[in-house]
Amino acid sequence: MTAIVCKGVTRRYANGIDALGPVDLKIGEGEFVSLLGPSGCGKSTLLRIIAGLDAPSTGSVTVNTRARSSRSIGFVFQEPTLMPWASVRDNVCLPLRLKGDTSAASLARVDDLLARVSLREFADAYPRELSGGMKMRASLARALVTDPDILLLDEPFAALDEITRFRLNNDLLALWRDLRKTVVFVTHSVFESVFLSQRVIVLTARPGRIFNDRRIDAPEPRDENFRTSASYAGFCREVSALLGQASMRDNGQVA
Amino acid sequence: MGRDREQTGSMFTQDRSLPKALRVLLPVIVFAVLMGIWEATVRLRDIPPYILPAPSLILQTLVKDWSLLFASLLATLRATLEGFLAAAVGGIGLALLFNRSKWVEDAFLPYAVILQVTPVIAVAPLLLVYLPQHLAVVACAWIVAFFPVLSNTLLGLKSVDRNLVGLFALYDASPAQKLWRLRLPSALPYIMGGLRIAGGLSLIGAVVAEIAAGSAGSGSGLAFRIAEAGYRLNIPRMFAALALLSAAGIVIYAGLSAVSRLVLRRWHESAIEGD
Repeated sequence: MTAIVCKGVTRRYANGIDALGPVDLKIGEGEFVSLLGPSGCGKSTLLRIIAGLDAPSTGSVTVNTRARSSRSIGFVFQEPTLMPWASVRDNVCLPLRLKGDTSAASLARVDDLLARVSLREFADAYPRELSGGMKMRASLARALVTDPDILLLDEPFAALDEITRFRLNNDLLALWRDLRKTVVFVTHSVFESVFLSQRVIVLTARPGRIFNDRRIDAPEPRDENFRTSASYAGFCREVSALLGQASMRDNGQVA
Repeated sequence: MGRDREQTGSMFTQDRSLPKALRVLLPVIVFAVLMGIWEATVRLRDIPPYILPAPSLILQTLVKDWSLLFASLLATLRATLEGFLAAAVGGIGLALLFNRSKWVEDAFLPYAVILQVTPVIAVAPLLLVYLPQHLAVVACAWIVAFFPVLSNTLLGLKSVDRNLVGLFALYDASPAQKLWRLRLPSALPYIMGGLRIAGGLSLIGAVVAEIAAGSAGSGSGLAFRIAEAGYRLNIPRMFAALALLSAAGIVIYAGLSAVSRLVLRRWHESAIEGD
């Protein structure tokens, strides 16, 4: 079953700049898909449109989830976007409180998720007391607390150092293997997209269109061995070349 | 899953700050030295008290006239407090209203500015014509104090993290949830900043109105005592009343700063103590 269908999606900003599209895209249930493109290509805009945080200028987006009543989507922003005045637990609880769902089962899930992202001992800490990686993990736990079918991530690890990013990549893959959400991951890192995804969608420079839809047929589970393997390097080389062509394509300009 | 190192912002906490005891002690020493010079000058040059009273004489006057001055202090403080509360409620309330509707803001903000830029000492006599004295004093305190609360709260409400706004929209938060869980907590550091300024200003507003009122009576405030003592050339009492006013201002400011620190201490950079 397809989880997300984009049909002829475009986005033109109020100042007349065409940011995106048209984009036609189908994402299957349980798939891990990366949107890869040069900066400013509208990949974040596409993600926000899928989330319903932004509206397409033309075209349509259909999101199929189990619970049809409310959008069952988790979103992780580029910054951790935690409320600085609330503890880690309260931050993770926020989506439940906003939905008025404070059942025992849901609150138990908060503790379960905090444990999954190794933040159980920091549940009562405030965001300023956490490192960048820990804040991002709290943000990830918050996105998962409503048990959404779809998880959207907007360059979540771009601001982190490489060691922390690798670790969070591993953590995210482990979560995906366990929870089998549909994941759409926006990044400008070739290495990250190849390591994580089943499909890498390469977008052109603005206005972003789909340049290539590359399947990464690497065996599961992916771990540190995969990261250092020849096949990983091969995929990275190939996707890098695609990204290079995609960046060059539009109007012959280098983005 | 691994855990990355815990980092705190401690490396940024003020290295330039002095030990706490010294920070309290230094102004006290400055005060003592200044008073000493003042006392010595008055005594050595034999300056008469109706020109310049010595600190010791001011202190004596303060003790001697305590019942009179204390009653006046209470009257002034009452007007200040009422004006301050009205400013807090009015400023925050008006900011929330402005924030809800751009139309309302565009229509009324200029008048808030006019109220702020018109010197209150010029407005006070008019207020006294139309309002009973106590109410006029409170209104004066309110006029000068409400604008910083209004403008700071407005700024705070506009400084909400855009991504958090997106997050609240994603989960279909109600307007009330957005207000109580997002806008007000975000604006709190700004609101506290506005209230801190408003505390001192409401005292100034009350004093200005009292001076303009100038009428005697049991309920008259410290400013009236100063004016009255001036007519009678009772200079030591003028100084004593002035000292009480300064002390009241300091206490108001310190109190509001303490409240602000207490409210923000767990999360806002301005209130975090060096650890």
